[in-house]
Amino acid sequence: MKSNQYMNPYLAGILLGLVLLATVYITGRGLGASGAVKSVVATGVKAVTPSHYESAVAYQDYASEHPDGTMKSWLVFEILGVIIGAFISGVLSDRIGLKLEKGPSVTNKTRIIAAVIGGALFGFGSQLGRGCTSGSALSGMAVMSLGGIVTMMAIFGGAYSLAWFFKRLWLK
Amino acid sequence: MGPLVPDIISNEFNYLIALIMGIGFGFALEQAGFSSTKKLVGLFYGYDFTVLKVFFTAGVTAMIGILLLSHLGLLNIEFVFVNPFFVRSAIVGGIIMGAGFIVGGFCPGTSVCAAAIGKVDAMAFVLGSGMGVWAFMEAFPLLEEFYKADAQGAVLISDFFNVSRSTWAILLTIVALLAFVAVTLVQQKVTNEKADWSRANIFKTVKWSALPIAILIFIAATPTRDEFVMAKLEKKAKTGKCAPKLIDADKLAYELINNYYAYNLIDIRSKEEYDSFHIATAINIPLEQLKNLEYRPLFRQRIKTNVFYGVSLSDASRACLLARYHGDVNGLALKENADQFYQLFFLPKMLGATPTKQELTIKLFRESAARKMEEIETAVSSMSKPIEKKVRVVQGGCS
Repeated sequence: MKSNQYMNPYLAGILLGLVLLATVYITGRGLGASGAVKSVVATGVKAVTPSHYESAVAYQDYASEHPDGTMKSWLVFEILGVIIGAFISGVLSDRIGLKLEKGPSVTNKTRIIAAVIGGALFGFGSQLGRGCTSGSALSGMAVMSLGGIVTMMAIFGGAYSLAWFFKRLWLK
Repeated sequence: MGPLVPDIISNEFNYLIALIMGIGFGFALEQAGFSSTKKLVGLFYGYDFTVLKVFFTAGVTAMIGILLLSHLGLLNIEFVFVNPFFVRSAIVGGIIMGAGFIVGGFCPGTSVCAAAIGKVDAMAFVLGSGMGVWAFMEAFPLLEEFYKADAQGAVLISDFFNVSRSTWAILLTIVALLAFVAVTLVQQKVTNEKADWSRANIFKTVKWSALPIAILIFIAATPTRDEFVMAKLEKKAKTGKCAPKLIDADKLAYELINNYYAYNLIDIRSKEEYDSFHIATAINIPLEQLKNLEYRPLFRQRIKTNVFYGVSLSDASRACLLARYHGDVNGLALKENADQFYQLFFLPKMLGATPTKQELTIKLFRESAARKMEEIETAVSSMSKPIEKKVRVVQGGCS
């Protein structure tokens, strides 16, 4: 592996697939990401407005699913691992450093605002669709879940059909 | 047999597994280039198809691996989480995520990855996704009806198309391989790279494409390990080498009323059938679950004799043979099926006008046995059942 270069995509795919397979074999569940964000949000809400946390239905559901504490969730630990793993990979391939990536014709400010809006849409959609690209699409494909595969097609179909409208963000 | 959680690895230790698997996940994503928003978005503008290649390769690898492990009897897919399908929220949620993808340039997993190596835009995306989740939680009362509409349960795509798992796997693998070739050609056109039509490259492509297909054909063409074991046992039983030992209803009743504590009576019918009638002291393990790891100790113990009965003698014999395969040397199969047993003891036939002495003796024995078995059942059911396994909850998903 030359430093600074990305791994062959098929090799990286097999590696990722084996990590997912090991996860399913050991734990009986797939990988995920958006669930960890939910845990952080629930923890924040509980800390700031405890009475609201007690009364709102969505947080009541969350609390009953996580009886041992808001942050004691499989995905929270997994995402901590993701941060560590990505950091190790970044160090090995010499890609660490504060950096902002954007299309050639937008300002830094536009990029940051777009990232926040995009994140908000993705976060909202992931809750409605019961999982994001990791938990629903990738893990769903591996276990042949119809729901996961439909969500995957909706994500990529949605992005493709909107790509033309947002090309100013990414292309010259 | 997997999944290893919770029988072999405890639920608490599972959090450490989560951390370790996360490290692998993050490492693979970052190495693949998913920490670069330009690479991710390249998929939608045709200049970089890394995402599609990595994503499909990973999905197909894991899918084939899961099939292979379950084929070899190493993974019980009954206990693997399958995402439930809610038609409307899956589609609308997916499209909103797609919009988030093209506007924000990341998805949640990749944004965390990119933020970990210092990408400022990814940090903004993570912040945004927290806001999005928060908005959903706050708006939940308004969305709840839509969110829970059209519940289809955990449908498998293979069941939806009414094909076998391996057929679907072969189809998806072929689609993925064709997609890889197609996007490579598109990318070369968009970026003006030269296509590599060398013989060595074509050979390499074919060789790597053949591997997953070969594994899937092996899975489709050979019996699963469970089928193989059962066929082997039945073949042996037919030649008389390893026929299950039988016990008849009267003998069983006699043993139950005199030393019920020396027997484990196992009802291999469904839960409903078991609930409507079962022989005194019997526990319920449906036939298809007998192979599960949690029942092995039952077969290996030498203190009590296991007696199997079900809807037919052949089912009971299968259970008995299966138990023997897993270490049960003394197991017995009941000659009569559950209904016959019930009729013998609880709905006895009227005797003829001039019953023989033997007929009378049997009738008397069965009447008193029926009473005693009822007494034993009441006595036993007030004690804790000897081996009632807790139902395992399949966990997973994004919550």
